[in-house]
Amino acid sequence: MAVITGQEKLDLREPKGWRRTKNRTATVLMITAFVLALVPLVFVLITTIAKGISIISWSFLTQPIPPQVAPADQGGIGPAVLGTIEITAVATAIAVPLGILGAIYLNEYGGKGVLARLIGFFSDVMTGVPSIVMGLFLFSIWVVYFGFSGFAGALALAALMLPIVIRSTDEMLKLVPNPLREGSYALGATKARVTLTVVLPAAIGGIVSGALLAVARAAGETAPLLFTILTVMTANPNVFSGPNTAIPAQIFSNATSPYVGAQDRAWGAALTLIVIAFVLMIVARMVTARFTRFSR
Amino acid sequence: MEQPEQNIVTGLQPQPQPTAQPQAPPTAQPQAPPMDQPRVPAAPGEVVFDVEKVSCYYGAFRAVTDVSLSIHEHEITAFIGPSGCGKTTVLRTLNRMNDLVQGARVEGDIRYRGASLYGKDVSPIAVRRRIGMVFQKPNPFPKSIYDNVAYGPRINGEHNKRKLDEIVERSLRQAALWDEVKDRLGKSGLSLSGGQAQRLCIARTLAVEPDVVLMDEPCSALDPIATGAIEDLMHEIKTRYTIVIVTHNMQQATRVSDRTAFYSVLRNEKSDTRTGVLVEYGPTERIFHDPSDPRTEAYVTGQMG
Repeated sequence: MAVITGQEKLDLREPKGWRRTKNRTATVLMITAFVLALVPLVFVLITTIAKGISIISWSFLTQPIPPQVAPADQGGIGPAVLGTIEITAVATAIAVPLGILGAIYLNEYGGKGVLARLIGFFSDVMTGVPSIVMGLFLFSIWVVYFGFSGFAGALALAALMLPIVIRSTDEMLKLVPNPLREGSYALGATKARVTLTVVLPAAIGGIVSGALLAVARAAGETAPLLFTILTVMTANPNVFSGPNTAIPAQIFSNATSPYVGAQDRAWGAALTLIVIAFVLMIVARMVTARFTRFSR
Repeated sequence: MEQPEQNIVTGLQPQPQPTAQPQAPPTAQPQAPPMDQPRVPAAPGEVVFDVEKVSCYYGAFRAVTDVSLSIHEHEITAFIGPSGCGKTTVLRTLNRMNDLVQGARVEGDIRYRGASLYGKDVSPIAVRRRIGMVFQKPNPFPKSIYDNVAYGPRINGEHNKRKLDEIVERSLRQAALWDEVKDRLGKSGLSLSGGQAQRLCIARTLAVEPDVVLMDEPCSALDPIATGAIEDLMHEIKTRYTIVIVTHNMQQATRVSDRTAFYSVLRNEKSDTRTGVLVEYGPTERIFHDPSDPRTEAYVTGQMG
């Protein structure tokens, strides 16, 4: 490279002026917004951990629910933990397969047909239905005839999960590049083969994490359970009949009670729920990593 | 403008040939396929595809009009022409890939070894098992290299581990990829470079032992070295397969193909529509050195397109 002498040095610094001001302002605004968004998250976490950590123990998670007047060191939320597991498991068993199959229909089979568009539209509408409305709906079509049960609660939760699973699966399937499908078709695969062996495996990571997020969301719902499981204090291992209970429902009744012991148990239960959501999130991450190991 | 149908088809024989043919049914052509003559075979092999007055539509848009040509066994046939001339569309009708495009429609008749491809009871699945396709962009599945190649045999019901191993090795060898990947068959197919990925896709296609391999600009995303590797590979496998390749690269057509079909775009000034037409079809030598249509000459000498 020739050395140029007697020439002015190039000034490659960022020019001062309006553009720079705009850049600075936007950067500051973005950082502020990010911090503001974090504030409630961090406070919720800190408060719940601070107030709930002292009460959580194995016996808290397994002991029967005491009367609300009992002090914090007595009893636990065992029946609620059992109820949450039962109800969420049944809701998942209903909503996840239905939702995934529905999304497969929308994406792979329905095309731009009337039925597919109708399903897509109503599933979007369902996402916006308030959860308490879902509870009331199940109350009027199920509880009125068959009584309170964990299953009624599971139906309400499944109705809430379904649109979430459909939407997230749908988005994942849309991301599968069309050339992959064509590559499979060109080898003489049927549509079912293409879907099962190429499209689903390519999207499975996202589908599973979407489904687990829906599960975490459902596990934390209170309103749909109020009218469907009655929120009792005794354990009910039979999900299909008899009133049941669940962690969010216990939090609701304990937190609104005037007794300090009950309120402490509500904090402990709240922390338990957060931990459950956290664990599900980690599982989702692991599953995604496991299934997408060939995508990189 | 309108080129009579006959000229296009008979573009095959500028020198008089005793075996006047292409339209004859395949059974009437018992001669052995020309094995070791890379350039224009003196006696062309059996007709594999007999394309007759085919027009393709996407909805109301007529992409290609009135294409007639025949494609011969164990030859490499190249489709060349400017963008939008419909060469890819014609290629995709040969294994009914265009069925997957909404609104795509084919008029006319394509006979594949005597059977009508668009006949009433023809299953596109069965067609595609015999007529494989390699795409413009390498599209390996997000699976291991092994599973990519074994995919086709598996959907055809082959699950014997030892047989699959054999097929995978043989196909990867045919695609000149074996030595590069034999130690990492369990790695993702997406970990390969562009040229390797394309050869993997070719291996995947060969694994089902198709009769015909359709290639849609297989080298357009590759560098010259990878392109050379794939061209060598095409020469090697043409003794066993019939190959139809779409290419934008005229040098590539001269290097690899026995016959060349030149397509062009026909503009209708009145209705302001465009459609692809087959201008000329014949031995590659003749298309490039002694074209009979001025449009072909303009294109191959670089004056157009």
